[in-house]
Amino acid sequence: MNTRRDLIKQGALLAGLLAGVLPLQAGAAEALAKSAFDAKTLDELYKALGLGKPVESKEVQLSAPDIAENGAVVPVTIASGAANVVRMLVLVEKNPSVLTASFDVSPAVEAAFQTRVKMGQTSNLYAVAITADKKVLFAQKEVKVTLGGCGG
Amino acid sequence: MADPMRIRAQALNGNVVVKVLMQHEMETGQRKDANGKTIPAWHITDVSASLNGTPVFSAQWGPAVSKNPFLQFTIKGGKAGDKVSVQWVDNLGNKRVDEATVV
Repeated sequence: MNTRRDLIKQGALLAGLLAGVLPLQAGAAEALAKSAFDAKTLDELYKALGLGKPVESKEVQLSAPDIAENGAVVPVTIASGAANVVRMLVLVEKNPSVLTASFDVSPAVEAAFQTRVKMGQTSNLYAVAITADKKVLFAQKEVKVTLGGCGG
Repeated sequence: MADPMRIRAQALNGNVVVKVLMQHEMETGQRKDANGKTIPAWHITDVSASLNGTPVFSAQWGPAVSKNPFLQFTIKGGKAGDKVSVQWVDNLGNKRVDEATVV
């Protein structure tokens, strides 16, 4: 039976667990400074995130249409099979700010996400996976955006 | 206040696939209105999700996520009957939390 004492004990245990886990997450969240969303170029972004040189990798999958008729809604699917991925990013190279979305990967979720992004013009799309030991893996794909329905 | 999210959580091969459709303008702050005045940015900045009350997922978004954002992610473990709750916060401090039951 659960007594009040047990509850308090469990609570303390949980707090201990959280204390162990949270600094890591807080550290990760800190690494994603809000300035990251202001980065105008890929180089600026990697600098803002304090990351090393990205490496193109087959362990990151990116799927998006070859041609997006409507740049306002471009479906993007990203996934990574690499070990110890802690964060995944979606980047659009020629948007006013490069960083579009960042997903924290915890042991409780798979490193696979799907969303829709806006693209101002034809550009390279990047899926980036950041591992616990700060390796930066990426996959890229060019998506052509046809604006104004001119079919160009 | 913002409209409710549509959340669908489906148990699949021992995992839970969660699909969320949020209702939000996602204004970038780049566009101008008819008078040439910039329309201020208004977009979701943080998204988080929990399974039966335990946080499992979080994301940070910029303004370039599409209007009325769609998001799909997969929670490891979980089964039918579990509760998935999703929360978003936008840059003006608005919040919305919605919950769905895994089917």
